[in-house]
Amino acid sequence: MSMNALVRLDHVSKAFTLHLRGGVHLDVVSDVSFSVAPGECVVLGGPSGAGKSSLLKIIYGNYRCDSGHIWINDGAGQVDLARAEPRRIIDLRRTTLAYVSQFLRVIPRIGAQEIVAEAGRESGMDAAVAQARAGELLEMLNVPSRLWHLPPATFSGGEQQRVNIARGLIADRRVLLLDEPTASLDARNRAIVVELIEAKKRAGCAVIGVFHDEDVRDAVATTVLDVTQYAAIAA
Amino acid sequence: MSETPLLSVRGLTKYYGARLGCADISFDLHEGEVLAIVGESGSGKSTLLSCLSTELVPSAGEVHYRMRDGMARDLFGLGEAERRLLMRTDWGFVRQNAADGLRMGVSAGGNVGERVMAIGARHYGKIRATASDWLEKVEIETGRIDDTPRGFSGGMRQRLQIARNLATNPRLVLMDEPTSGLDVSVQARLLDLIRQLVRELGLAAIIVTHDLAVARILSHRIMVMRRGRAVESGLTDQVLDDPSDAYTQLLVSSVLAA
Repeated sequence: MSMNALVRLDHVSKAFTLHLRGGVHLDVVSDVSFSVAPGECVVLGGPSGAGKSSLLKIIYGNYRCDSGHIWINDGAGQVDLARAEPRRIIDLRRTTLAYVSQFLRVIPRIGAQEIVAEAGRESGMDAAVAQARAGELLEMLNVPSRLWHLPPATFSGGEQQRVNIARGLIADRRVLLLDEPTASLDARNRAIVVELIEAKKRAGCAVIGVFHDEDVRDAVATTVLDVTQYAAIAA
Repeated sequence: MSETPLLSVRGLTKYYGARLGCADISFDLHEGEVLAIVGESGSGKSTLLSCLSTELVPSAGEVHYRMRDGMARDLFGLGEAERRLLMRTDWGFVRQNAADGLRMGVSAGGNVGERVMAIGARHYGKIRATASDWLEKVEIETGRIDDTPRGFSGGMRQRLQIARNLATNPRLVLMDEPTSGLDVSVQARLLDLIRQLVRELGLAAIIVTHDLAVARILSHRIMVMRRGRAVESGLTDQVLDDPSDAYTQLLVSSVLAA
């Protein structure tokens, strides 16, 4: 395990307790430990339901971590996201962690380019730089410029997904969490996303991803982790 | 990340006689943070907001606010004049019913200008320019500056109320169900405006709402209240996507795609 890891999971476990279903206990993952160094891309593998997406959500702080530690290197030091207070997690998301899912959460009235640029500004980018960079990314991802000023609510699934990728990749974050970002893209656009991910790796980012497409997975993975090994011991 | 919070609430409790309003509420709020307080009617969220705005005196607990001079002061230890000045200049309070937060017989420009005067502005032309500026920011045609809000639609009144509250550059804004009772399209526009202003101005805000979608769009953190108590609190997306308390699970599962 390298000492300069940007992400290090240390015996992470997570379960859901469904109070409305008589307190049913659903184990998600159990005793997960791995680390990701700059330039590495760990791809989470395994059948659907194995907990791949949930694990990404745990690392982003979207799902709580019941036990264990999630060490994130934010450039100034190691932060245990599993124990961090909300504003520390918000700060990590602003500076260090990017999460790209396959779905864009549409905000009424805000145009595609503005959605992307806003994510840039939030990370401290100058407004004009963010605007220009947003345009570059949308162009690269083949989102037609006539759509840029329109709210993406009416866009196709693939177009929304590409706006979402641009939004997730605009800022310089050291840790990228990618949850099937290419799920409804054609081969041409998948290849572009692969290129963008490779560029992030070369820039020293740590990437953890779930990819449905084998071609994408094979192109970007430095390691494939089978998540079924983290199935709860009790099962 | 360890500087003194802007607002620090400890053990805040309010009884109405024997009936509980809210009990043992504690949280910190920093600049730039938006906290949503959610719960159904009767959960105590409005009582809590009234205590924070000093309209109600709590039965127990403390609320400390970091003044502009950097000193944290107990809100209920302030003198009456000092407290009122603070509320009118450094704080904003956007009410559910705009008519409660506006002066309905005074022009739109006057509603904003009055607040600007409260922080010392005396020059008529400058006050009017500031008012006009704010009307533009909240998307009210500046041609309406001399009209009273009586002739405004619900959405416009609410936007005027926001302008009135933000014109003094407050550091903390309280909002009580700011979008409820409005048409959905009007609501979306208002949400977008609030979201944008809060971010641009780096405001701290406390938003009381029963609408989890509003909380999701506007807030960083959520506190879920039930029967006067905070049953769960944390990062907004964490509480909504991974609710741990039984009541929060019920609330989240009762909503159509929040």
